[in-house]
Amino acid sequence: MALEKKIRELKEKREKMLLGGGEEAIVKQKAMGKNTARERIMAILDPGTFNEYDMFVEHDARDFGMDKKNLPSDGVVIGTGTVHGNPVAVFAQDFTVAGGSLGLMHSRKITKIMDHALKMRIPLIGINDSGGARIQEGVNSLAGYGEIFFRNTISSGVIPQISVILGPCAGGAVYSPALTDFVFVVDNISKMFITGPEVIKTVLGEEISMEALGGARVHCETSGNAHFFASSEEECFDQIKRLISFIPRNNEMRAAVTETLPPDARYDIEKIVPGDSTLPYDVREVIMAVADGSDFFEIQDMYARNMVIGFGRIGGRTVGFVANQPMEMAGVLDVDSSDKAARFIRYCDAFSIPLVTFVDLPGYLPGVDQEHAGVIRHGAKVLYAYSEATVPKLTVILRKAYGGGYIAMSSRHLRADFVFAWPTAEIAVMGPEGAANIIFRKEITSAANPDDMRRQKVDEYREKFANPYVAASRGYVDAVIEPSETRRLLLHGLEVSENKDVQMPWKKHGIPPF
Amino acid sequence: MEKKDTDKLVIDHTAYTTRLSPRFVSRKPYEPPVPGKIHSFIPGTVVEILVKPGDKVKEGDDLVILEAMKMKNRLKSHTDGKVVAVNVSTGDRVTKGAVLVEIA
Repeated sequence: MALEKKIRELKEKREKMLLGGGEEAIVKQKAMGKNTARERIMAILDPGTFNEYDMFVEHDARDFGMDKKNLPSDGVVIGTGTVHGNPVAVFAQDFTVAGGSLGLMHSRKITKIMDHALKMRIPLIGINDSGGARIQEGVNSLAGYGEIFFRNTISSGVIPQISVILGPCAGGAVYSPALTDFVFVVDNISKMFITGPEVIKTVLGEEISMEALGGARVHCETSGNAHFFASSEEECFDQIKRLISFIPRNNEMRAAVTETLPPDARYDIEKIVPGDSTLPYDVREVIMAVADGSDFFEIQDMYARNMVIGFGRIGGRTVGFVANQPMEMAGVLDVDSSDKAARFIRYCDAFSIPLVTFVDLPGYLPGVDQEHAGVIRHGAKVLYAYSEATVPKLTVILRKAYGGGYIAMSSRHLRADFVFAWPTAEIAVMGPEGAANIIFRKEITSAANPDDMRRQKVDEYREKFANPYVAASRGYVDAVIEPSETRRLLLHGLEVSENKDVQMPWKKHGIPPF
Repeated sequence: MEKKDTDKLVIDHTAYTTRLSPRFVSRKPYEPPVPGKIHSFIPGTVVEILVKPGDKVKEGDDLVILEAMKMKNRLKSHTDGKVVAVNVSTGDRVTKGAVLVEIA
């Protein structure tokens, strides 16, 4: 009898906590197109796998009337569960409780689950929906943020860390997502900024809406802070689940191997790339022509589109694809695309995901704005990331590979394991036009008809150097291949490099140019 | 995704048919600095104007006090010359890079 009573008591206590900030606050949350914290977690996790901890945690703040305030679960829900059978740790801030504000106990719950994730070597999913620091708790809430940032940093490269922004995430709070691997945002729901529109208006006199300052679209298109854009929370949850299917649980495991599927016959690899290297095409079709089931999960598809990055599988194993996109800015390397590629390369390297690179670029983007924005420093990130990566590195040069761009894009010189080139490849210091204009300047300017002479010299240069055979004659390219052989050679290359083992010199850590 | 890849990007004398990014299209063309043009280096409020057109100024003379981030910044002349234009009034909110005073 006593036990039954106790169990009933527990159930009642639980019921109360599960209501979060109460019916009224939930109605408000729903009106904004938002799910509650626990609904979100359950939508991401496999059905029935969520186990919640620290449900009864309470704050003990005294000042500013806080002693009279009861905040269920202190405004954050933590627990563990599985996604496609993979164990994960998760926290979700509950906006219905004091606006999801972060106080000391709230932060301790988050850091507890973060510590679990790191100890257990399982991915961490953090759902952010918070007005910011709980100001009544003063420096304790700042301490809380700091403890979170520290854990984000030490867990980086050990376990995958995924941030989901499903509401406001403002001020210092934004640095937790910024330190994690992937940031998911939802249109009209996510808001991220260091200083909000009001402060900007008072201090600087600039007027801007929250959406235009730090909405989902801005962070996907302009700032590059977010990686995945969704129109609804449901779409966002599907994206998270899909991402998890591609990545390993931690840096000592490999991503799950699936059954090998042939690419979709719709993608005819010989018909995608125009022979004229000044003409555009969509390099994602090349990726889909070689990927298992033509399944390509693109990352940051709205940002720096001249570089395409994302996951796919070849022979059932996850690979990270990196490709220049000729139909956007001719596929140049610039500040943003370098940054985008370099970070992804380091992610893949940290989590033992082989890199497959498709090269077709005219080089780095010229311009005062690029130089002044630090294209030297940002461009160097690509060199650093590829050089440092010890995962299998397979490169396919499709067409242009000019100058510094050739070197940067996973060339033999940065220790690519296999470099293949299509017969359409042009591996040279620069394009024929530019090169002929420099090498034959005298001949061209002193000719009776400079235009004819220029054309002649451009053709001469093209004939001689704009091909893969010069590089192949030096062994910089391992094989010149037919486009239709690409998938077979990538499959084989990945197979033979399965146990690749490279020892790097001991160091505490490198100093990448960021 | 919108399919408009008929733009041209010229690199090393070669024109590539491609789509230009918004960031590239909206980039500000470089303008060499003109010593006589005094810009606001930060968005803020003009709280005091210390010169008027026709005034002679020396390099280092204070021209305008621009309040930004709760700091009162003294904008000084980079050159000796005569004030030919004052483009702002006291109390004006100015954006970064606005030309406040012109000296010739």
